[in-house]
Amino acid sequence: MTRTLLRIATKLAWVAVVFFGITVISFWVIHLAPGKPTDMQTTLNPGASAVARERLEKLYGLDQPISMQYVQWVGRMARLDFGRSMSGDGRPVWDKIEERLPLTFGMNIVSLILTLVIAIPIGVRAAWRQGGVFDRVSTVIVFVGFAMPSFWLALLLMLLLGIIWPVLPISGLTSLGFAKLSIAGKVWDVCRHLALPVFLYTFGSLAGMSRFMRTSMLEVLRQDYILTARAKGLPARAVIFRHALRNALMPVITILGLSVPGLIGGSVIIESIFALPGLGQLFYQAVMSRDYPLIMGSLVLGAVLTLAGNLLADVGYGLADPRIRNSGRGGGGA
Amino acid sequence: MSARPVERPVAKKPLRPPTWLARYGMLTAGLVLVGGMSLAAILAPLLAPYNPNAINVDAMLRTPSAAHWLGTDALGRDVLSRILFGARVSLWVGFVAVGISSAIGLVLGLVAGYFGRLTDEIIMRGVDVMLCFPSFFLILAVIAFLEPSLVTIMAVIGLTSWMGVARLVRAETLTLRGRDFVLAAKVAGAGPMRIIFRHILPNALAPVLVSATLGVAGAILVESSLSFLGLGVQPPDASWGNMLLDGKEVLEIAPWLSVFPGLAILFTVLGYNLLGESLRDLLDPRLRR
Repeated sequence: MTRTLLRIATKLAWVAVVFFGITVISFWVIHLAPGKPTDMQTTLNPGASAVARERLEKLYGLDQPISMQYVQWVGRMARLDFGRSMSGDGRPVWDKIEERLPLTFGMNIVSLILTLVIAIPIGVRAAWRQGGVFDRVSTVIVFVGFAMPSFWLALLLMLLLGIIWPVLPISGLTSLGFAKLSIAGKVWDVCRHLALPVFLYTFGSLAGMSRFMRTSMLEVLRQDYILTARAKGLPARAVIFRHALRNALMPVITILGLSVPGLIGGSVIIESIFALPGLGQLFYQAVMSRDYPLIMGSLVLGAVLTLAGNLLADVGYGLADPRIRNSGRGGGGA
Repeated sequence: MSARPVERPVAKKPLRPPTWLARYGMLTAGLVLVGGMSLAAILAPLLAPYNPNAINVDAMLRTPSAAHWLGTDALGRDVLSRILFGARVSLWVGFVAVGISSAIGLVLGLVAGYFGRLTDEIIMRGVDVMLCFPSFFLILAVIAFLEPSLVTIMAVIGLTSWMGVARLVRAETLTLRGRDFVLAAKVAGAGPMRIIFRHILPNALAPVLVSATLGVAGAILVESSLSFLGLGVQPPDASWGNMLLDGKEVLEIAPWLSVFPGLAILFTVLGYNLLGESLRDLLDPRLRR
């Protein structure tokens, strides 16, 4: 028991170190880049004098050395204060992030579930009859899926389903007359707007996930216990679902944890194409306007999500694998 | 690394030996696509019917025709010529970025694997940190701040994608450093640098070759995404990503602008992926069937 606790404590300490490393690197990279956020507000405004510029820099603390700025930033972070946005509205960073979280989260979770539901059967089927027709056809599709840039597929689908055969809206989250719709009508309207983006998210991770599942399944099918199961005459269904699949799913847990950074990056592209008010779009705007606190806030959120993904994957792996669960080795465990 | 398990045929073995197509089809397709794209990039100045950046107000948004095989864009520039010159950008970014990431990954992987202990621990923990980075966010931020240019794109992609190579090379080095020929070199009095670079490095190159080939495909995708967001190759220079960005503006009236550059990305990335996967199969005898 104490050993398990020690493992968990070590793991958490390590997560803290990684988090610290990420914030240090991000902070330095962002603040060392030439140019300042105040350039935007002053060069765009001919009335702004050098004095006004200095006052603005002082207000944001940009006149101090970077290490001091970092220490102050950490001090605020310790109180969970993300600071205020440097853009015109000057709202707290966390408020801006919070209002956009549900959309990005929701889309990613729905598409993650869809990906798993579709990719796992494809991978299993392809591996079971390796080299068969299904395997070959799915391999070709997977390769094309890998090579297809999501933004290009987005353009093609917008062209096909939005312009040539206009069945789906291709921009924004709601239609023009949204406020007048009934509750059910509102839900339906939002669903229609999100259909293409969710499809694209799913398509983007489908190829990788099904390929991964296939490899993992092939690996398991070579093991002796599968040979045993088949030798004692178990039907294929039992061999696949009772003996092979559960073991083949283990690496999928890890890959899910590692896929978080990719999902975050993908949301920037998809949200900017479909003009969806999510986190990706917010980050893109923050980068373009050099809104330091907002950029740091988004990076911190991204890092926290990634680390949480890894940690959950570790714990999940520990819970799923009896060898780890019982020996107390590895990340989490009961 | 544990001992390699004894191969046992589990699934039905094909009675006939695999056909030529099954064995070399993927490799051939990859080579054809990669070779074709490389030729197009190298010979772009000879093949392109027009100057890729020449604005022609008399021929704006022309549909594909005999004069302009793939049509013209909103400034009357020839799409085919721009795609050919865009191939140079994509391949150049792909190669340089992968060169950077492979070099970093190789050196760190060799050092971590050979010296082990604290060195290994520090380097591999660094790899873990980098893997936890929401790297596309950081790439976006850095490029937006540093004035987007080819050099920054290549450097940033290279500096954020070396972790896979480092892990591969480290694993390979761990198995190699206990082998007899390494011990023999040690006994003969070779120093660590000589052992690492003369004896271990050449034997650890196969997996790097595979991951570098796949890496080119990845780098091309990242570059085109960045250019599509307006943060990559800057106008007037052509890149497949910024051509799609231009095309998006006129999607309704000139859909061909959104089709052809995407096909170029698709075929190039597909080619490198096919080549990488078939190299992996050829170089890893465990997976050969």
